[in-house]
Amino acid sequence: MWADNLPRLLLAALEVTVPLSLISFAIAMVLAVITALGRLYLPGPLKVIPWLYVWIFRGTPMVVQLFIVFFGLPNLGIVLPAMTAAVVTLALNTGAYASEAVRASILSIPRGQFEAAQTLNLSRRTTFSKVVAPQAFRIALPPLMNDFIDLVKGTSLVFAITITDLFQVGRQIAAANFQPMAMYTLVALIYLVIVSALSLLQMVLEKKVSAHVRTS
Amino acid sequence: MSAPAENEPSGARGPSLLESLRLRGVRKTFGSLTALDDVDLDIPRRGTTVLLGPSGSGKSTLLRCINLLERPDAGSIDFGDGPIRLGGRLGARTVRSVRSRSTMVFQQFNLFPHLTALGNVTLAPIHTEGVPKAKAEARGRELLEKVGLGAKADAYPDRLSGGQQQRVAIARALAMEPDVLLFDEPTSALDPELAAEVVAVLADLAREDRTLVVVTHSLAFAQRVADKVVFVEDGKVLLDGPPKDFFESEDARLRRFREMVSSAV
Ligand SMILES: Nc1ncnc2c1ncn2[C@@H]1O[C@H](COP(=O)(O)OP(=O)(O)OP(=O)(O)O)[C@@H](O)[C@H]1O
Ligand SMILES: [Mg+2]
Repeated sequence: MWADNLPRLLLAALEVTVPLSLISFAIAMVLAVITALGRLYLPGPLKVIPWLYVWIFRGTPMVVQLFIVFFGLPNLGIVLPAMTAAVVTLALNTGAYASEAVRASILSIPRGQFEAAQTLNLSRRTTFSKVVAPQAFRIALPPLMNDFIDLVKGTSLVFAITITDLFQVGRQIAAANFQPMAMYTLVALIYLVIVSALSLLQMVLEKKVSAHVRTS
Repeated sequence: MSAPAENEPSGARGPSLLESLRLRGVRKTFGSLTALDDVDLDIPRRGTTVLLGPSGSGKSTLLRCINLLERPDAGSIDFGDGPIRLGGRLGARTVRSVRSRSTMVFQQFNLFPHLTALGNVTLAPIHTEGVPKAKAEARGRELLEKVGLGAKADAYPDRLSGGQQQRVAIARALAMEPDVLLFDEPTSALDPELAAEVVAVLADLAREDRTLVVVTHSLAFAQRVADKVVFVEDGKVLLDGPPKDFFESEDARLRRFREMVSSAV
């Protein structure tokens, strides 16, 4: 039974779950940085725009968002292929959460760092790229990896919009062979392996960005 | 220990015509509090001006206004080539040009923790002034050597003592080749032995005929290096003259201040 089904599950993981996670997360990071910067630095009234985005996407269940994008938008004449709808929803949802981690990391940088940049006459751009971003990245890394892991597990909802991902393949097999315990355990283990790879990546990255911090 | 090419004309600005730094009518309020009350002050070129005064008198605010870390409500600043109005809205170019004249060394050092000592010293020359990396690094190493940290160029701030960190901060400020170096209580965060290293570097700089403005609570330091003492109280300049004017003044407020500061631990 393993020999028959494991390849099908792995294939679904490699063809759907993993790329869906990677692409959505990459887009989510871009959204998160833009949103965080918007909430911090846009002039007063414009700050509502990023704020509204975060409010809406954190305040509603992701599966409902998926349904709105895939089943709802066609009513407005916007028809998206299932994979596109999934990427859009996952990226927007994760971007909203991750923007808070990014914003908090920027806020945690001491005022003295900005004053040092000012007295050295660094431009805003240089201050951001050479002073703020490297320090903020180190602080934001653990919560961002949390969001990444949540995203990987969140992809298991896309079966609801007709996508045959890892979980959906597991459901199909379980329905056919009447071994739900074995099948879903196997599915869970595959998610666990993917998430473990991310945890490992986190360890490596943390070590890399903490070279300047003395470990006691 | 000599610093070559110190007075090289710095390209864009041409040879400096600086006679002195001149503040006129500088006013800064925080809400209802008047931190600087129409301050007039002349900073002599090539000399050390020490700012003294009770806590909360406005010394830091004054220093920060010179570097525009604080935006004055009114007043002007003149670096010898005409007064620049500091009140109201300032254009980005004005801000950059005023800031390029002075560089601040902070009480808490404010080094960039993710950069090595050399990285801290070369960041602005490379990214703001467009100095080629190799040249900026050679100059950076010279400056670190000058503050006694030639061996620590590749160390991160976290692995340096407070005194060493402050000396890196001084090298970082020197790399900007500003007309005026501003120090806000540069040794207050340091234990006495470490403070002594920093004071030694400051005394070296004072001997090199640089223009220094130093806020301190140390009368000993003022006595040792000051060419001019400015006493600030309640946002006003109460005394402005040679050190002996301050140390020998019979004014009750100055005497009280001298006694209070010397008896403090
Ligand atoms: N950002 C600020 N917001 C509000 N009030 C401020 C601010 N900065 C300074 N002040 C106030 O302005 C006055 C002058 O402060 P300043 O820091 O210049 O004093 P100081 O002479 O440097 O004191 P110290 O010796 O304790 O450092 C104080 O009453 C202080 O509380
Ligand atoms: Mg102060």
